[in-house]
Amino acid sequence: MEELLQSIIGESWILYVLLAAPPLVFILVYALVTVWTEMKVSAHMQDRLAYMYTGPHGILQPVADILKLLQKEDTVPAAADKPLFIMAPYLVFIGTYAGFAALPFSSAYIGSDINLGAFYIIAVSSIVVVGLLMAGWASNNKWSIFGAMRSAAQIVSYEIPTALALLVAVMITGSLNLQDVIRFQEGGILNWVVFGGPLPVVQKLLLLPFTVTAFLIMFIAGVAEVNRTPFDLPEAESELVQGYNTEYSGMKFAIFYLAEYANMYLVSGVAACLFLGGWSSPFGDFMSGPLWGVFWIVAKGYFFVFLQIWIRWTLPRLRVDQLMYTSWKVLIPFLFVCLFGVGLILVL
Amino acid sequence: MTAQEIYDNLKAKFGDAVGEAKLDALQPWIAISETRTREICQFLRDEPTFAFDYLSCLSGMDYPDGKLGVVYHLFSMTHRHKIVLRTMCTREHPHIQSVSAVWGTANWHEREAYDMFGIVFDEHPDLRRILCGDDYPGYPLRKDFKVPEFYNGMKVPY
Amino acid sequence: MKESRTLPTDYVSSPERTSSGRTLRTDEMILNMGPQHPSTHGVLRLELVVDGEIVVDVIPHIGYLHRCFEKHAEHMTNYQQVIPYADRMDYLSSMCNDWAYALAVEKLLKIEIPERVQYIRLIMAELQRIASHLIAVGTYAIDMGAFTPFLWCFRDRERILDLFEMTCGARLLYNYIWVGGVSHDLPPRFVEKTKDFCRDFRKTLKEVHDVLSYNEIFIKRTANVGVLPKDVAINYACSGPMLRGSGVDWDLRRDDPYGIYDRFEWAVQIGKGEAGTVGDCWDRYMVRMREMEESTKLIEQAVASIPEGNVQSAIPKRIRPEAGEVYVRSESPRGELGFYIVSDGTASPYRVKARAPAFVNLSVLSEISRGAMVADLVAIVGSVDIVLGEVDR
Repeated sequence: MEELLQSIIGESWILYVLLAAPPLVFILVYALVTVWTEMKVSAHMQDRLAYMYTGPHGILQPVADILKLLQKEDTVPAAADKPLFIMAPYLVFIGTYAGFAALPFSSAYIGSDINLGAFYIIAVSSIVVVGLLMAGWASNNKWSIFGAMRSAAQIVSYEIPTALALLVAVMITGSLNLQDVIRFQEGGILNWVVFGGPLPVVQKLLLLPFTVTAFLIMFIAGVAEVNRTPFDLPEAESELVQGYNTEYSGMKFAIFYLAEYANMYLVSGVAACLFLGGWSSPFGDFMSGPLWGVFWIVAKGYFFVFLQIWIRWTLPRLRVDQLMYTSWKVLIPFLFVCLFGVGLILVL
Repeated sequence: MTAQEIYDNLKAKFGDAVGEAKLDALQPWIAISETRTREICQFLRDEPTFAFDYLSCLSGMDYPDGKLGVVYHLFSMTHRHKIVLRTMCTREHPHIQSVSAVWGTANWHEREAYDMFGIVFDEHPDLRRILCGDDYPGYPLRKDFKVPEFYNGMKVPY
Repeated sequence: MKESRTLPTDYVSSPERTSSGRTLRTDEMILNMGPQHPSTHGVLRLELVVDGEIVVDVIPHIGYLHRCFEKHAEHMTNYQQVIPYADRMDYLSSMCNDWAYALAVEKLLKIEIPERVQYIRLIMAELQRIASHLIAVGTYAIDMGAFTPFLWCFRDRERILDLFEMTCGARLLYNYIWVGGVSHDLPPRFVEKTKDFCRDFRKTLKEVHDVLSYNEIFIKRTANVGVLPKDVAINYACSGPMLRGSGVDWDLRRDDPYGIYDRFEWAVQIGKGEAGTVGDCWDRYMVRMREMEESTKLIEQAVASIPEGNVQSAIPKRIRPEAGEVYVRSESPRGELGFYIVSDGTASPYRVKARAPAFVNLSVLSEISRGAMVADLVAIVGSVDIVLGEVDR
């Protein structure tokens, strides 16, 4: 797509804007849909109906919500550190949005086809921590500080299992470029890394337990990284009021939410690329192609978004020490075993 | 153990500190001295024949004769018997010994009695107002309490 | 005013040494939890002294909802007029408050209650117990971060409120149980609807058990947290599920009988420490869950055998009990609800003191939450199941 656009427009800033725009449009539309999905899924789990009046089954409600949030007074607490306070939500969103740059949407479109794509996403999404810390600190509120500290500790801890699980997939596929990783898995559902990749059958069977474990851990760590239940400690409303975003309102608050939803898709998308064949069709050549690719990767990513919503409305929340325990004493040792096993099998 | 036995035992042990008693009432009560409350209650709690380990209720009172007082409803989990104790003090010198060292629950009950009746519990670890604001004037449940016209600039009676 | 800000004597602030050998000084932070906080269940203010996430001390401040119940009661011109005020004490179990107050006045008056009234009162009180426990369990789920069981609980509570509404017109503050009887007879179809409810309710209980009670995360969050030992519970005069959760086999419905509880088959549920230690938050939670099952049994038996008859005993409009005093206690969903009523022979009470179970149960809070984490504190406060309307009266 980059070449195509380049040949039409030539090398100018418009090219970069056009290349960067699709993820942004996607995030905005996707966030609206997900807000609605989340409300509906939770409502049906709880014997409720949720939105029913704005449009059929309330599908216009997210739009109405956005309009409301846009009109809300944008308050900044008097004792807050104003520049940091205002900057924080945008920084959080930037961190997430930057991650989308290396996330493939189809065989023909990726924001930036860099060789270190997977690594880049892990690295750049850490900016989110800085934003959350800033939000907590600048709010000048003890609850916000608690939330910010928790989120920093949590995201830093869970980045390690994410990176290690990513390594498992990378060892099998042999590339950090997500497009290459996906091309490696083309040719049907059995070629996905979660099922051992397109390797000889014996090797696949040996790899299977490790890849499945790594995939599950990647998903769990992903849920933790986006601060959702059961790992939503930074904004645990029953403990910390609203955590780091206690003092935020109006559009700034909405941007935090937008970033959270975008992040949900980002972790799901990365997991789908690494383990579930990204945009490649599960039926081999059937239903494959650049446009079908968009469908497949969004479907795969959205399935995990749905899963996150499902988990959120089912499970209670962990405690801080239990959260750390899960990461350092359960997930990471398991992943080391996976890494070792995968390495051994691949060498043999 | 019946109320009569409890009364006899207490009388024998503490003599003058145990005052009048009404043992034929609906719920028999024994009056005790306000300066030796703690000692008597400790005895009632620790003596295995009584074992009053459960302080059901502690209520402040403003009696018609102008005296203030406290009523203790004791109960024993082991023997399943009850007794009511009463202490009295004067309005001018409203001091009663605290029993919060005997029963933990008395702590808040006594704070409430202090808040509502102005009864000062000697040896209480943390005697502060509990329900009314810290700056509330007077003790609302005393019979001679007059509702103030204004409280912190707000008009009170509507 | 005297202020007490003393730290517990066994707490030693530990200075940590950094690698360079210098002492890193740490300080406690004072944190106000409430009066506006999502999980203080009303307007409770907890003054926390925290060391990071560890709670060093808790100082509860109450009184934000003080509405002078006792003062109001003294100023009524009739004993019956106190009942609407009693309703408003523990607004989640108004039926039980009414009954407790009516019991006390009836004892002063020494009157007999018609048979049908006894049945109606028992049914109402047990339905109310279920409704109240449903809120306790549901909000506890929210405290733990699980939102879904909360709405399931509320869904079933609505059905109980519907039953109350068809009986007396009110959904929250009923003014239904009067001295000497109840205000109205049961409406037609009440019995069938109650039976239907009991049948469906068992399913809800099972659902909540499945999604919450035996959930690994929930157990991790509540087991061994906020352990209240037996002797401390008795010393602090805790009552209700709080006391039973600590393994004390004690229920006023059985041990200081009132009403007609002795005619039916049911069991007192106590905490056994299945998930952790006896007397932890999980035990208290579980006692409530199991009590709801027992209440369902009680309601089913009572509804099946309810006799016909009067719903008001013949008492004068203006009650004048002879001079005397009485302390009567009953088992409200939160524990021992006692009314100490002093009569001087006139038509209005000389003194009414309400011994509110939530007030007494809350006083043990700082005792059991020292050294817990902030998240544990939320679990502990939730497991005490306070209603601030009753704490502050």
